[in-house]
Amino acid sequence: VLDASGDALAAKTVRRSELFFGFLSLGLLGFGGIAPWARHVIVERRRWLSERDYAEFVSLGQVLPGSNTINASVLIGQRFHGLSGAVIAVVALMTMPLVVLVMLAVLYERFAALPEVSAGLAGAAAAAAGMVIGTALKMAWKLRPTPVASVVGVAAFAAAGIFGFALLPTIVVLVPLSVGATSLMRRR
Amino acid sequence: MSRGGLWSIAASFAPLSLLMFGGANSIIPEIHRQVVEVHGWLSGDAFATLFAIAQAAPGPNILIVSLIGWQVAGLAGLLVATLAINLPHCVLAYAIGRVIAPHGNTVWVKALKDGLVPVTLGLILASGLVMGRAADHGLLSEVISGGTAVFIMLTTRNPLWMLGAGTVAGFAGGYLGAM
Repeated sequence: VLDASGDALAAKTVRRSELFFGFLSLGLLGFGGIAPWARHVIVERRRWLSERDYAEFVSLGQVLPGSNTINASVLIGQRFHGLSGAVIAVVALMTMPLVVLVMLAVLYERFAALPEVSAGLAGAAAAAAGMVIGTALKMAWKLRPTPVASVVGVAAFAAAGIFGFALLPTIVVLVPLSVGATSLMRRR
Repeated sequence: MSRGGLWSIAASFAPLSLLMFGGANSIIPEIHRQVVEVHGWLSGDAFATLFAIAQAAPGPNILIVSLIGWQVAGLAGLLVATLAINLPHCVLAYAIGRVIAPHGNTVWVKALKDGLVPVTLGLILASGLVMGRAADHGLLSEVISGGTAVFIMLTTRNPLWMLGAGTVAGFAGGYLGAM
């Protein structure tokens, strides 16, 4: 039976080797963030999952701790082949990026001491920091947070960015407060 | 590095695996605190550079931790750091995936997500500040950071362009003695 979102595709079987090579290629594609590529490959090109199933995996991956792409890989691998599928998906996803990373690290060790290179890297580091700041501000702007969310966001920013508090107490205090307050506000 | 050193890499990163809500960038201030302030494994400068390399490389941004492992203790350090930061949350995701029926989770997932978003955003902004401070070599680096932030906010172009532009500006600044 096919519904509008093509859910019958969910019954599709995916071989372990397909899983491995699919995630291997994803790891290499994901320049500057893997998420948009993952959807393209998994839903559109390989048709492993329907749009709706994929969205479920990604949103579950987002609320769990950890990189959400890696979490979604665990869940998708598990869906097709249980524990071995989860291991295959994650290992395949990480292999190529780790290889590239080691090459970059070797280059860095070799050339970082040269003054021109170190000045260039300092410029890259400053830009990388700006990328993170710009992304956070843009997301906050687009979300138009409620007053409660704004207070929580500012508190998290101050705790980690200004006061340098450890992460564990920050999370333990702010997450339950935020989830509770947000749910309460919605119910009213 | 000794076995004790590898153990302390694992002990520093494994707990963060389960505190990483909203991806790698939310735990950057804590990684910085551990690596630069608590253990003194890297200088702030080196940390900022490794962060830029991890951003430029393909794959998930959490690879910054693997890169730190490599810098601190070579290949063994890379493997230990990669496992420590990823294994705990993968095990959790696997366990949750086994328990939860597909499509059965939308209500609580939505409630959790809505509550997590502001915490995550605040932490990511804090990451930007911590990294900006670590990368700050004076006016030129501040202009690069600020310019990149504005570029990201106002355009939808690939941010790697700004990473490239920042590198060129830093290189030129170094040549002129401003970096």
